Amino acid sequence: MSADYQKISQDGLWTNNVALVQLLGLCPLLAVTGTFINGLGLGLATLLTLILSNASVSAIRHWVRPEIRIPVFVLIIASIVTIIEMLMHAWVPGLYNILGIFIPLIVTNCSIIARAESFAAKNPVLPSVIDGFMMGAGFLLVLVVLGGLRELIGFGTLLDHSYLMFGETARSWTLSFADGYRGFLLAVLPPGAFIGLGLLIAGKNYIELRKTKHQTVKLQPVIENSSTA
Amino acid sequence: MNRQVLITALVLTLFAAIGGGLVSYTEQSTASQIRVNDKMMLLHSLKSLLPAQRYDNDLASSAISIAPHQLLGTTKTSRAYSATKNTDTVAFIFNVIANNGYNGKIYLLIGVYTDGSIAGVRVVRHKETPGLGDAIDENRSSWILNFNQHSLSSLTEKQWKVKRDGGYFDQFTGATITPRAVVNAVHNTLLYYQQHKAVLLQATTKPVSPKE
Repeated sequence: MSADYQKISQDGLWTNNVALVQLLGLCPLLAVTGTFINGLGLGLATLLTLILSNASVSAIRHWVRPEIRIPVFVLIIASIVTIIEMLMHAWVPGLYNILGIFIPLIVTNCSIIARAESFAAKNPVLPSVIDGFMMGAGFLLVLVVLGGLRELIGFGTLLDHSYLMFGETARSWTLSFADGYRGFLLAVLPPGAFIGLGLLIAGKNYIELRKTKHQTVKLQPVIENSSTA
Repeated sequence: MNRQVLITALVLTLFAAIGGGLVSYTEQSTASQIRVNDKMMLLHSLKSLLPAQRYDNDLASSAISIAPHQLLGTTKTSRAYSATKNTDTVAFIFNVIANNGYNGKIYLLIGVYTDGSIAGVRVVRHKETPGLGDAIDENRSSWILNFNQHSLSSLTEKQWKVKRDGGYFDQFTGATITPRAVVNAVHNTLLYYQQHKAVLLQATTKPVSPKE
């Protein structure tokens, strides 16, 4: 069973990453990743939604007839997202105002219903929760990396506006690199999001490719020789 | 068959009820906090427009309704806030919309002293280009502070424009449309105030609410 969890984790974080491999939830991903903190905020909200929706879908999986499972899943996800939205409005209003429409739009993030349908509906609660957590964490990581990169290149800062999430003490967290950096506008604008995501996907594929090449080179030195000769 | 349909419907209803119940419970328990937040945020932006020693009333609860007006860019009833000191009205803060921004509407709060000079201007919400047009935001540059103290008499009609159009106010490199829209909105607000000064002053003296 523990090996199983390892596979779930690896799938969520890397092999089957929501954003880099499944390419789901791209609309919020591209739209909010202007800064590190925006990415973190939406990432955490999505992560929480995934965990809760996977847990509840898995818990009720024996009681729901197959023909109505999709409406039920949608109901569950919509309720969870609405609740999270209200809680954010109440407790982190600054961030809520920035993320605005993208919090309710988590409902339409296909990765959530995809996990409910393809994993949580077929597995017990604990693995489903772990799957939700890992998938969410994989999405969160991409959001944060892309947000951080765009903020760094676009504004020359990191962690700007973190007080919106962590309170007034975080006002001094902003890291500023290179004083007088005038910013690279393209990174902040929508094309920067597409280019950045493209580069991240390319980077992931490159690492995968190198890994497999490494293995095949080790395995087949003989075949390589005979074919080139 | 009928039985199955009935069960299915019941299950669906049950889930809808549970979901709805949870949502309304959360709604109830967060409503007061959300209201406090919204008021705090409003108060925070109102306060940034006026020096604290100029007024002594609760700005957020001093709202008066303003009928939609072309000069304010509004198409619905909007709110204005009045600042008073010792029950004398000192300033009004208007919600103004600049409809001709580069990328949609720019929502502004504009404070006008009763003598017709600008107390302050702040951008509440905008979708202008990051890095270019967003310099109207006080967080990004101090450009918006240039309006302070100016009035219809300190600058002529022609000067209430950006420099590119032969006026007094700077535009930003690479963005003329955004500052032009803001300058225009501020100018229009002053015109609006000039035309409605008497009515506004009367509106604020009407509800004399005794303060604690």
